[in-house]
Amino acid sequence: MIELLDLHKSFDDVAVLKGITTQFKPGRTNLIIGASGGGKSVLMKCMVGLLTPTQGQIIYDGRDFHKLGNKETRDVRREIGMLFQGNALFDSYTVEENIEFPLKMFTDMTPAERRDRVDFCLEQVHLEGINAKFPAEISGGMKKRVGIARAISLDIKYLFCDEPNSGLDPVTSRVIDELLQDITEEFQMTTVINTHDMKTVFDIGDHIIFINNGNKWWEGKKSEVRNADNPELKSFINASYFE
Amino acid sequence: MQIFNHFGTYLMFLKRMISRPEKLSVYWERTMLEMKNIGVGSLAIVVIIAIFQGAVTTLQIAYQLVSPLVANPVIGSIVSDSSMLELAPTITCLVLAGKVGSHIASEIGTMKVSEQIDALEIMGINSRAFVASPKIIAGIVMFPCLIIISIFLSNVGGIFAGYASGILTPDEFIQGARESFLPFNLAFSLIKAFVYAFIITSVSSYHGYKTEGGALEVGSSSTKAVVYSAVLILFSDYLLTQLLL
Repeated sequence: MIELLDLHKSFDDVAVLKGITTQFKPGRTNLIIGASGGGKSVLMKCMVGLLTPTQGQIIYDGRDFHKLGNKETRDVRREIGMLFQGNALFDSYTVEENIEFPLKMFTDMTPAERRDRVDFCLEQVHLEGINAKFPAEISGGMKKRVGIARAISLDIKYLFCDEPNSGLDPVTSRVIDELLQDITEEFQMTTVINTHDMKTVFDIGDHIIFINNGNKWWEGKKSEVRNADNPELKSFINASYFE
Repeated sequence: MQIFNHFGTYLMFLKRMISRPEKLSVYWERTMLEMKNIGVGSLAIVVIIAIFQGAVTTLQIAYQLVSPLVANPVIGSIVSDSSMLELAPTITCLVLAGKVGSHIASEIGTMKVSEQIDALEIMGINSRAFVASPKIIAGIVMFPCLIIISIFLSNVGGIFAGYASGILTPDEFIQGARESFLPFNLAFSLIKAFVYAFIITSVSSYHGYKTEGGALEVGSSSTKAVVYSAVLILFSDYLLTQLLL
């Protein structure tokens, strides 16, 4: 479980996060929604350690992330996988080498064991047989799935996805959503997804928080989001439908 | 003031780069790959520069030393010494600053803007060490090798130009080169190569790593890497010559 306690983040005098408190439980797809510039990406970057919060705590199963020593921080980071908006696959590596990379860095697996694990991960994301291809040779949706395969190649406990559907057609978006939900349930991971795709929210939003102007304005389930009485959230949902 | 800011952040970059490798075998593999890219990949340009550098220097020395009182082997000794002391290390490294420096800065810069560096950090990898240290080690190992090749080929170019133009025979050239040879000159040349290699690879890695934005910024970082490397090479050339000769 990941707990956020009164999380603040400012850049110079500009406050981007103004006291976010929430919990992300394992085995559920936790969605962070909100308009662009509302603080979603900053929140995620604080959670994965790319930014340091100005105030507040991020607690990974009882471990206060930003108060840990170097070794403990590295240990937590090795339990984290992330799917980036732009995939962040290593261009000069093949699909297999990309997925194999964390295994080579952090495990003592033999090459044969690593190959088996790569094949297993590719099977999980329904991409068997593309091991030898380079990221430039595969489609956007396939890159996202390779990104997920790389993220889960180690036995991670926390999966972060920054706008996993951006730039994808609706059909591929659904495939990615279902994939994320399936692996979250199968591996009992704590999955946190940044999105402003309302279809994703209604399809897989086990737990949703709505961020606006750096504050948490609403929190609930997908079944509750349509009937939420928060005017900003209503306006966000309506705007999404008009798009 | 901006130059002090740059220097400070450059030193911080180097400091943060020093850490225990997460997996030595992966770093070793990357260093070998970088040695191939930097060393073997630069061989062709080094060969071309060295041969023409030696040839042109021979012709120019012969043009300037027209006195019958100056023996032909003197041309060989001047060409050989100037190749070793200045032309091979400095000119070659200035060219390599353009080739290797821009490549390093643009590669790391692209990794930065496409979030590949962030991906490394999230995995718990020291991204500075992972992207920069194999390049720096590879540069430090391969540049002196390239400079030795360059010195040798400069002399070959000089011998060829002297012979082809009828200015001096190969024997006269070699006689002059051997008579003036000092082992310290070779050591001095290798010290220069070592220092320039560190400057080019570390400055370019630093500029690549601090890239923020998109394609335009990657290009800008690449240009800055070459310019800063070239200026630092010239500055350290003066400093090393003053201190060691």
